[in-house]
Amino acid sequence: MAYFEQPERILLPVNVAYMALTVVLALLFNLLPWHDLTGVPDMAALVIAFWCVHQPRRMGIGTAWFVGLVMDAGNGALLGQHAFAYAFLAFGAITLHRRILWFSLWQQAAHVLPLLLASQALMLGVRMIAGGVFPGPMYFAGSLIAAALWPTATFLLLLPQRRPDSVDENRPL
Amino acid sequence: MDYQPPPFFSRGPAPLVRLGFFVSLAVLLMVLDARFRYAESIREALALLAYPLQRVALAPGELFGASADFFTTQVALKQENDRLKAKDLLAASDLLTLGALRAENVQLRRLFDARERVPRPSTFAEILYQGRDPFSRKVIIDKGSQQGIEPGQAVIDDIGVIGQVTRVHPFVAEVTLITDKEQRTPVEVVRNGLRAVIYGGGDKSTLDLSYTATNADVQADDLLVTSGIDGTYPPGLPVAKVSKIERNAATSFATITCIPAAGTDQNRQVLVLSREAGLPAPPVEAEPRASGAPKPKRPKNRE
Repeated sequence: MAYFEQPERILLPVNVAYMALTVVLALLFNLLPWHDLTGVPDMAALVIAFWCVHQPRRMGIGTAWFVGLVMDAGNGALLGQHAFAYAFLAFGAITLHRRILWFSLWQQAAHVLPLLLASQALMLGVRMIAGGVFPGPMYFAGSLIAAALWPTATFLLLLPQRRPDSVDENRPL
Repeated sequence: MDYQPPPFFSRGPAPLVRLGFFVSLAVLLMVLDARFRYAESIREALALLAYPLQRVALAPGELFGASADFFTTQVALKQENDRLKAKDLLAASDLLTLGALRAENVQLRRLFDARERVPRPSTFAEILYQGRDPFSRKVIIDKGSQQGIEPGQAVIDDIGVIGQVTRVHPFVAEVTLITDKEQRTPVEVVRNGLRAVIYGGGDKSTLDLSYTATNADVQADDLLVTSGIDGTYPPGLPVAKVSKIERNAATSFATITCIPAAGTDQNRQVLVLSREAGLPAPPVEAEPRASGAPKPKRPKNRE
């Protein structure tokens, strides 16, 4: 990860279409026919948190709320449950966004982990009030794995914004 | 003089204000959905939006299944064919008996002036996936309102009842399994005809026979089948088998744990049974009153 330890890299401006594509791909991942959900990270939550940290003017609470609604409808969950949790997640990520980028990637992941856990806990609370059953403590394992994916997500999601270290006319990228 | 920042610094309402707005909107939706079921049209529109994504997500698995089918060896096919032929032969004898029994049953029912039971039309469906919702036990099937699926229909596999259609979208439908905590199924004990209502246990493979008296005649390994008195399920479909009974004199009800008879977690192919037509309407008190209709008079018990 030597690449990330260079303190300042000037990135190209973000492409909004790429942001939308990543959100759609994350939703696609979440809608895959999982047989057992323990430990499957919530990719939509991770991508929302990522873009709220990196592009808080383009990804906000409203977008997160809408993505949550699509999650609810696609999964047959209580309508508004994911929307509720993702709105809080986006708010937390936007609150953190000025501070979090000064840390190393793993420290950033440690900042994101409580946010993801809190959004899961909110969903759990909502469903318990609505009369659900407690799915067991392994329910929270998905957030741990999602937080562990933060450095990889940073690498992948910022890929189109990076520019080459030294410009070479003969190199396409 | 009042000072206004230049418009390009404007960022709209503060995050806390937005959070408040969207959270209250979400809470409103949740209450509407959980308590009143008013949010169905919104859910339908959103589900239509998610439908292409779901199809794409399912494509790799379907492709794998299709190519696996293609490479099934000839030997396997031959063996399966032999096995099916043998099974067919066995089933044929059963079928002959069944035909005779059915005719006899029709005759007896006529004798008792009972209503004839007609076999119900059914729709074959395949389970697409399990909902990503660890709090409930639901599956999504690949038939929807376009194929004539309606909420309330019973869903069975080759052994017995697996659940009931609870929500219908244009191309897919949601089936609540009998193991869901919110799902109730009217059953009776085969051995003695005792009627009861079975409740989902909430986890993968248990059901509870709740509110059965401590001294009720239920034994371990009793088979429970649908009683059919609600008109939703046809009578006589296996639902569960009693696995454990705890009778405690301190409580008025026995704790009876059952195991579902059908493969609620295994099969991909299911059959959706349409509802029985021609049942008399339920009592007026049970239905929401139509506007303008006179209020039905309740019988006075005191007199």
